[in-house]
Amino acid sequence: MSSSTIDIKPARIAKQTLPWSLWWRQIRAIFRLEIEKNFLGRRSILLYLLALLPIVPLALLAPFTPPGREWQDFTQYNMIFAIYYGGLILRTVVFFGCAWIFMNLFRGDIIDRSLHFYFLSPVRREVLVVGKYISGLVTSIILFTATTIISMLLLYLPHFYSESSRYFLEGQGLSQLLTYAGITILACVGYGAFFLVVGLFFRNPIIPAIVLYGWEWLNFLMPPLLKKISVIHYLNSLAPVPVYEGPFAVPALPTPAWIAVPSLIVVTVLVLIIASYRIRHMEIRYGSD
Amino acid sequence: MIVFDDVSKFYGEILGVNRVNLQIAPGITSLVGPNGAGKSTLMNLMTGLLRPSRGNITILGMPTDKPEQLFRTLGYCTQFDSFPRGLTGREFIRSFLLVHGFSRKKAEEFTVTALERVSLLDAANRKVAAYSKGMRQRIRLAQAIAHQPAVMILDEPLNGLDPMVRAETIALFRKLAAEGLHLIISSHILHEVDMMSDRVILLNNGYVVAEGNVHGVRDEMEEHPMQILIRCDKPAKLAARVFDKDHVVEARLHDDRLGLFVKTRDADRFYLLLNRVVAEGEINIESIAPVDDDLSAVYQYLIGSEGSSS
Repeated sequence: MSSSTIDIKPARIAKQTLPWSLWWRQIRAIFRLEIEKNFLGRRSILLYLLALLPIVPLALLAPFTPPGREWQDFTQYNMIFAIYYGGLILRTVVFFGCAWIFMNLFRGDIIDRSLHFYFLSPVRREVLVVGKYISGLVTSIILFTATTIISMLLLYLPHFYSESSRYFLEGQGLSQLLTYAGITILACVGYGAFFLVVGLFFRNPIIPAIVLYGWEWLNFLMPPLLKKISVIHYLNSLAPVPVYEGPFAVPALPTPAWIAVPSLIVVTVLVLIIASYRIRHMEIRYGSD
Repeated sequence: MIVFDDVSKFYGEILGVNRVNLQIAPGITSLVGPNGAGKSTLMNLMTGLLRPSRGNITILGMPTDKPEQLFRTLGYCTQFDSFPRGLTGREFIRSFLLVHGFSRKKAEEFTVTALERVSLLDAANRKVAAYSKGMRQRIRLAQAIAHQPAVMILDEPLNGLDPMVRAETIALFRKLAAEGLHLIISSHILHEVDMMSDRVILLNNGYVVAEGNVHGVRDEMEEHPMQILIRCDKPAKLAARVFDKDHVVEARLHDDRLGLFVKTRDADRFYLLLNRVVAEGEINIESIAPVDDDLSAVYQYLIGSEGSSS
């Protein structure tokens, strides 16, 4: 090349591709380790007890058919299940189940002094968060969706079998069942992310869990703006059967599904980003935990 | 090279390590010091389990806050005696190799190699929870070496091992060091450290008090003259001969009167003097042995008489 000319070649920009296949393999490996712990570890006993909590009373009541043919149109069943689901399954079983599963994803490993094995692997900490979160999510969804479905079937099917079968196959039964299952899944997504972060920021996560529990229970008393800063508001908005919340409830318009579902997912992603940041800067000092 | 550039670590107001500047070359480097000296803190800093309050650490040019890069070339055998529950030895090693991102086939192959290296293949299918202390120590070691890293950091790796396995493990370390790997080892058995290390780092109260080859460190300790025992037939005559030299601080007859202890500030000049004595043929010298040119002596002089390190 002479000094008076400039040799211009098309610039080649090295394309830095992200190692998605590696991350996917790592997430699968983390998932396998965690899912086994979630289902078979000593901490899983409490989960099974929680999951059985709504099923046992319904199973005990199953042999007793309610008197009167007015029950056969299922309006009263619908209302009973809506109250039972909102009060016991969603607010108690799913809430505390998710608290137990997700808070223990990292805190459990810190208590067992085994978190360092992950930290000593060539894994991006964000990948670790995703792997653990997915394992918690799958565990909670399997357990609590099963609880939701079994509870509903135990309430409806043992009585007026032919009518209730028709109600599920031809009426609104199946769509209600799927809606409740969907709400349970969304609750696991939302509460799961929240409790994952709580487990990372608090040495004793029980206190923030109880504060959130109170906040979610008192949601019906709050002004509409504050209602929106909760998970339960969005979940209630999706419920197929609205429940009367009492004379002191402050009425608020339910959030449409097309806003409620993406909102929950966006908030979940944001919370997971916070968790990843926290994990990226975390030190292993078991003594101080 | 492993480089510490003015590294300090504080736990709140408590000092972990302070102003550490080190450049560690391949080979076996041992960390020695009493309890609370900062050995584990230094190791945890090297592996990113702790973040320095000040300064920088690089391992073969990599920062310690990028685990996804660092642990492709680094393995750490910690002192934490705990494991994920319910796994067998084989499952434990293989699971974390899968977390590394290795294929199942490669993970299985590396698992077997690692278990073989620590002589744990026979017990591979037993639960880790049922292992003895020595076996748990070996499975941790296997986990640290399984992905065949270039840098190994081993916190008290010989703890709980029986003498036979200790010897095998030390031989393994020597072999790996000969292959050009970095091995950073902490141990409280000074004679083992002395035997296997290419260099030592002595720590006390969070400070590096000395580093380098044991003999080099010993040579630099001018305030502690080197002690040499000379076995010969005329120790009194030899004492008279050496005592007028300015580098000889003390000459003392051995209890059996067939030897002489000499303390000298300049061992090299003293050995030259002995050469001349031998050449003159008046005194028959049987043996010459430095008495305090080892790690135990260096430890005693620099760190004090707290007994052994830990």
